[in-house]
Amino acid sequence: MVSSIREFVTSEHIRGVPEVWGRLTRHRAALVGLAIVVALALAAVLAPLLTPHDPVQQDLNQVLLPPSLEHPLGTDHLGRDLLARILYGGRLSLFIGVLAVAFGLAIGVPLGVVSGYYRGGVDLVIQRLVDIMLAFPSFLLALALVALLGVGLTNVIVAVGISTVPRFSRIVRGSVLSIREQVYVEAAQAIGAPDLWILFRHVLPNALAPVIVQATLSMGITILVAAGLGFLGLGVQPPTPEWGAMLGEGRLYIFHSPYTATFPGLAIFLAVIGFNLLGDGLRDALDPRLRGIL
Amino acid sequence: MSGLLRYIVQRILALAVTLFFVALIVFLLVRLLPGDPARVIAGVFASEEDVQRIRVQLNLDKPLPTQFVYFLASLLRGDLGISARTSEPVMREILSRLPATVKLAAASTFIAAAVGIPLGTIAATKAHSSLDFSISALVLFGISMPVYWLGIILIIIFAIHLRWFPAAGADQPSSLVLPSLTLAAFSVAFVARMTRSSMLEVLRQDYIRTAWAKGLSALVVLYRHALRNAMIPILTVIGLQFGELLGGAVLTESVFSWPGVGRLLVDSIFSRDYPVVQGIVLIFACLFALVNLLVDVLYGLIDPRIRYE
Repeated sequence: MVSSIREFVTSEHIRGVPEVWGRLTRHRAALVGLAIVVALALAAVLAPLLTPHDPVQQDLNQVLLPPSLEHPLGTDHLGRDLLARILYGGRLSLFIGVLAVAFGLAIGVPLGVVSGYYRGGVDLVIQRLVDIMLAFPSFLLALALVALLGVGLTNVIVAVGISTVPRFSRIVRGSVLSIREQVYVEAAQAIGAPDLWILFRHVLPNALAPVIVQATLSMGITILVAAGLGFLGLGVQPPTPEWGAMLGEGRLYIFHSPYTATFPGLAIFLAVIGFNLLGDGLRDALDPRLRGIL
Repeated sequence: MSGLLRYIVQRILALAVTLFFVALIVFLLVRLLPGDPARVIAGVFASEEDVQRIRVQLNLDKPLPTQFVYFLASLLRGDLGISARTSEPVMREILSRLPATVKLAAASTFIAAAVGIPLGTIAATKAHSSLDFSISALVLFGISMPVYWLGIILIIIFAIHLRWFPAAGADQPSSLVLPSLTLAAFSVAFVARMTRSSMLEVLRQDYIRTAWAKGLSALVVLYRHALRNAMIPILTVIGLQFGELLGGAVLTESVFSWPGVGRLLVDSIFSRDYPVVQGIVLIFACLFALVNLLVDVLYGLIDPRIRYE
């Protein structure tokens, strides 16, 4: 009897993933998003194979050249190949996005779970904390943190990551509040299962769908915010190629060489639109009821 | 005391509590900086006497709780300290820049409502048509577009090539056009998206069917009967996106050399003028909170069924 229940639960679980995948692949917008994200990730990883140029090597005899066969997207004010800088820059922009979201998840999800599962005083304290964080507009919060922590890769990731915490904790708290009332949680409590077991085994897996959707959408937002910091000169420092910083440098030359600002911006735009499409598609595939909430 | 008045008082009290903690966090962040704040404020080249003078002046020689009480007391007097860069009161610096930012934010919010609400309404009434699809695509573009990139593109097209509008500054009325369009793009998309889903919900209601059945014109049904009932979530979104707008203003002002608070913030970050940075963050958080309070109060005006109890 027990084994048949386990089989049932497991098979149900395994059927879940292909089913979601099936719904995702029938969702045209999601496929476009997935294609964009995969293409950008591949381009970043395979950068050395896609361009012979070095992203930081300067060539002052070749500054601000318009796009050509040798330099498909032209060169910047220090004669560096723009395509190479965008490809290598993608590594950093995507890396920042992934780590910042991971940071936000690592803090926001436990906060939300504890808040929603234990309720009462803990919930009140955590939610007031979240309220206070939400009192700062997210870009401003990231900007203020970088201003105080100082520029640099780690600080950008921390600053941008922290600004995603409130949303994650709110969303998780919301799902956990309803999950904790389910019969299976009550059953687990009745047989005396420890809290941690219940949280990891029963509560968290069922609260995952909205978290996955929000994490995907947050990737777009964090890339946008991190590139915004880079644009202001408060992100990753030169000569490291990063999309936002490239755009910030390129804008000084838009009068003669508009492509120096156009292409890095296009890369940011594509990455954000890719994650937004994918996130919307995942929401529809995982749980259409989330429409309008996320 | 009437319900609305009591509600407003309650909300202002809650606001005060939030702002107290906002002030606490900003206070702690600046104090927890690695290094000596007095040294940071005085600058690298200041003499030891100067640093000591600043330490005493800013009460940095006292224990943290005492410092916080002084900090709060001066906040309540509207005193945000002295700028490290210009030696002017921070409040005066911010107030001199605030009108430009408010002008930009107000123009963008107006564009967001004036363009976003009709777009969303059209999308909802023609749901799943090609027109709806095109509007959805436009919304996606608006939400995914980096403001700083959009600003640069608009400069390239409308200032450099077509020469219709100035590329930077705020010297003439037409200077406002490109920055406010840039800043509005995200909000237009956001408002249109919310209007569409809120209108779809309302258009399904019985009283809308009744309104159509009575033979009312489309304009009256959509704008008098439907939109009014769909307004609450739309208004909420307009309030919430105001935060994005303030963040976006920092970037937009940088792109267009717009003489507002956002650019003052960026300049102050670069010159390590922490009193100004701290002051602007506090002021922006206050503005954001006030706008959302205003939105909550407006609910009752738009929907008389809402009782504040």
